[in-house]
Amino acid sequence: MSDSIGLTRQQMADRIAHLFEDGWIVNLGVGMPTLCSNTDIGETDIIYHSENGVIGYGPIAPAGGEDLHLVNAGGQYVTLRPGAAVVHHADSFAMIRAGRIDVTVLGAYEVACNGDFANWKVAGAKGGGIGGAMDLAVGAKNVFLILEHTTRNGAPRLVRECAIPATARGVVKKVMTNYGLFEPVGTAFRLLEIAPGIEVEQVRARTGAELVVADDLRQVG
Amino acid sequence: MALKNKVHPGFLEAIRDIPDGATIGFGGFALPGLPGNLILALAEQGAKDLTLVANTTGGTRNDPGIGMLVARGQVRKAICAFTAATRASQKLPFTEFYEAGKVEAELVPQGTLAERMRAAGAGIPAFYTPTAVGTELAEGRETRIFGGREYLLEEALPLDYAFVRAWRADTFGNLQYRRSQRNFNPVLAMAARITVAEVEEEILPLGAIDPDQVHTAGVFVGRVVRIPPAPDGWWPQQPGSH
Repeated sequence: MSDSIGLTRQQMADRIAHLFEDGWIVNLGVGMPTLCSNTDIGETDIIYHSENGVIGYGPIAPAGGEDLHLVNAGGQYVTLRPGAAVVHHADSFAMIRAGRIDVTVLGAYEVACNGDFANWKVAGAKGGGIGGAMDLAVGAKNVFLILEHTTRNGAPRLVRECAIPATARGVVKKVMTNYGLFEPVGTAFRLLEIAPGIEVEQVRARTGAELVVADDLRQVG
Repeated sequence: MALKNKVHPGFLEAIRDIPDGATIGFGGFALPGLPGNLILALAEQGAKDLTLVANTTGGTRNDPGIGMLVARGQVRKAICAFTAATRASQKLPFTEFYEAGKVEAELVPQGTLAERMRAAGAGIPAFYTPTAVGTELAEGRETRIFGGREYLLEEALPLDYAFVRAWRADTFGNLQYRRSQRNFNPVLAMAARITVAEVEEEILPLGAIDPDQVHTAGVFVGRVVRIPPAPDGWWPQQPGSH
């Protein structure tokens, strides 16, 4: 089993959501990233972009109140906030490639300390699921990842170089795991914040690349 | 002289001329905009050796989608942004046929897929994109540096037929979509030689749709069919209802 220690999935998403800045256009990937929309970020005003062309969606629709014409990228029935807009797929991805999305938060299988990451194909698989990830990874101004620190078997997901096919090269700015918040700095990961109850040496032992610790290391919270 | 009336009485009749070996694109992202009635009609019509273009290869043999047509032996190749189930535990017809080598697949990033069809509909044979540079998908393919950044050459993806689902249409095939139903549908309609639209509301007379509110111009649409109420027509179900 993967380590069920450190932060919960929602706590990881909460920490990432607090990195969002006022007015940002935010694209959330399927899975843990979607939990960012549950986070209370106070007065910070975010515009959520969904790859299927919905810009400015709001909370999940209440049961029985679903609009069958309106889903987000995860296929969930959502609502629209005042000021929302709908465009077609080519325009939605034009917006992505042209750098108008401030951040995309994606899940990943592996991330390397040079900023490469992999999230579309598992080892040995014939097919894959790219979806919009490759476009988002090269187009968004910031790429943040949320992933468990280790695999089910305890192998590190933060590595020197990706062993499985990459989604994009050198693009990752921040990495959130159940152990803490990291940034890839070329030849190492820098540990910026550490989860409560976790020791730096534990993080080092479970990381497949060199680890440097920020001078002002803080606890996540 | 009046504009051509493109309204067809039924789905099967509207797609009867699709030959074996055709390339057909389907709209839809999750259920909104999915032309389920036309896909069901294609299963009944029986054309084989098809190349199908859609966001995903997903769906069971009973859901309108590529999976259903693969399970019926109608598909040669799928061009999609997903060629694996999003959950490894899902055993879908496409995965089964693909792993057995009974169907081919071309995996394309979603934005590239949309832009390749847009280009086909815009008279552009190819374009450069930053997407997929440095990945397995770019191996052995042409790239070029513009302004110090590397881009990958992608070719237009023209279609023989497009199946789209719209909210409203007039008799000339001017279309309006509602909310995220729009997704790939406008670019599919542009990319295809013949676009067939299934439409949710009663087909309107010319002039009933404000020209400024048309999302897909009728010039891009060949045939229009009104969807009958359930159970004769296929409609997404309200979650939680059966």
